[in-house]
Amino acid sequence: MKRTSDVAALEAICKQTRRRIIEMTGAAKSGHPGGSLSAVEIVVTLFYDVMNHDPANPHWPDRDRFILSKGHAAPVLYAVMASCGYCPEDQLNTLRKLGSPYQGHPDRRFLPALEASTGSLGQGLSLALGMGAAARLNGASWRTYVVLGDGECQEGQIWEAAMFGAYHKIDNVCAIVDYNKIQLDGFIKDVMELEPFAEKWRAFGWHVIELDGHQIPALQKAFAEAAATKGRPTVIIAHTVKGKGVSFMENNPKFHGVAPTPAEVELALKELQ
Amino acid sequence: MAANTKFELKLGLATREAFGQALVELGRENPDVVAVDADLSKSTFTHLFAKEFPERFFSCGIAEANMVGVAAGLAAAGKIPFAASFASFAVNKGFEQMRVLVAYPNENVKIVGTHAGISIGEDGPSQMAVEDISLACSLPGFVVLSPADEVCMKAMVRAAAAHRGPVYIRAGRPKVPVVYPAGKTFEIGRAEWLREGKDLAILATGLMVSQALLAADELEAEGISAAVVDFCTIKPLDRETIRRAASMGAIVVAEEHLVDGGLGVRVAQAVAEILPCPMEFIGIRETYAESATPEQLLDKYGLLARDICTAARRVLTRK
Repeated sequence: MKRTSDVAALEAICKQTRRRIIEMTGAAKSGHPGGSLSAVEIVVTLFYDVMNHDPANPHWPDRDRFILSKGHAAPVLYAVMASCGYCPEDQLNTLRKLGSPYQGHPDRRFLPALEASTGSLGQGLSLALGMGAAARLNGASWRTYVVLGDGECQEGQIWEAAMFGAYHKIDNVCAIVDYNKIQLDGFIKDVMELEPFAEKWRAFGWHVIELDGHQIPALQKAFAEAAATKGRPTVIIAHTVKGKGVSFMENNPKFHGVAPTPAEVELALKELQ
Repeated sequence: MAANTKFELKLGLATREAFGQALVELGRENPDVVAVDADLSKSTFTHLFAKEFPERFFSCGIAEANMVGVAAGLAAAGKIPFAASFASFAVNKGFEQMRVLVAYPNENVKIVGTHAGISIGEDGPSQMAVEDISLACSLPGFVVLSPADEVCMKAMVRAAAAHRGPVYIRAGRPKVPVVYPAGKTFEIGRAEWLREGKDLAILATGLMVSQALLAADELEAEGISAAVVDFCTIKPLDRETIRRAASMGAIVVAEEHLVDGGLGVRVAQAVAEILPCPMEFIGIRETYAESATPEQLLDKYGLLARDICTAARRVLTRK
């Protein structure tokens, strides 16, 4: 992989990642394209610019850790990990098929370079904070990044973990909420409103950064600010668009958990030229 | 223990206190051992560890799901976490986290559930874990330990730390009789054959081991020769010992747990596969207990030596 801070280069990787997400879920005929597309800039910026990691040495002890707590967005993680060189790019279209490294939700047994097997919402933040606590005990400088879904923040465990992180001052953990405003049953506001969301995190003692989750320079700045913030963990509330990049998927609850048809794949790939 | 020596009830530590002491000793030897707890450290005795190693102790507040998750994260980064709470909270509230964050990725987490069973007494059923063995055994890869006394508990805490993978340790609230001599060694997966017998085998775990030994003495007085075996490891099950017990032709299993899903049904499954024989089961049947003294509850819910004797006589009529 070639690391870069260049915004145009990162944007090109994002576009390629979006194409892969469409191809993978189209080939699988199932999966979660909407919430994968909304998290593309977050995941690409972390893997290509921000995180210290080495695809040739995935278990390097001092690597930064990445947890996709919203495990249903596995396609975005698989596409990015494959392009980084962690796993075979030519098998991405085996997503969700028997024996594939690309299981329906991230599964460390099939893809050992993953930091965590996820899929049951609400759990990744606790895991990240445990990792952060261990790093601090060891005097190590690696950081842990965990991407949460917005709907996922309806889980009580998230707020148990939020209290824990602030109380124990685990400042080497950075959570990013992919706030695309849509969950399976529809719009967040119609299922279980999260607002005032930033105020909740502030009240729980976290350093909060709000930004447009598709703006790479804003993400780069926020990750730097998170790393410089001591004494409390940081949450980046990334306002995003579900289905971002494909006109008929954008802001459309249907594409939370439905794969594009072959015709829709063709259309989407045309838009992502 | 020599065969047919009359068992003497001599109270030792509660197994939860033995756990707390063993954890401190382990902490001195291994800097990677850490503890997490959910506002019950004075009851689970992790406060001993917290006092000596404050930087390696993580208070989670009353939040068991997060407690298990944090433990999984600590383990993923190379620590050996012991996550302790009442069994009814650690396992029931932390179960989904035990499943997805511990069992599924085979993480090196040790869950310790104290105050298991009905012998906690006055606090009542909401605090009494009577399904924790069943739940923990349902998780692939989990080792499930249920020590009968302080000697076994201290050895098993050490064995759990040395074992790479998920472990659940069941501990009780009251002081319990000492079953083993100091220095006795234990192995995960090995049942302890405590007393020889000819007519039937009584297989017991936890608090019921001492009751089984008392029962064997009572039975001997009426001419029935009962062997007694301690299943201090419930999973993986010691199938060789079960074969030996089944070859005696009659088995009674005794546990302080619902008879549905506990040691008894696991032994019965193995007996069915290895060498079928008549069996009887002592445990809690399709109910929740209530507030009372531990002694009153063990009496009312049929968990005394007397009840084991009744089951033994009954199983022999079917032999």
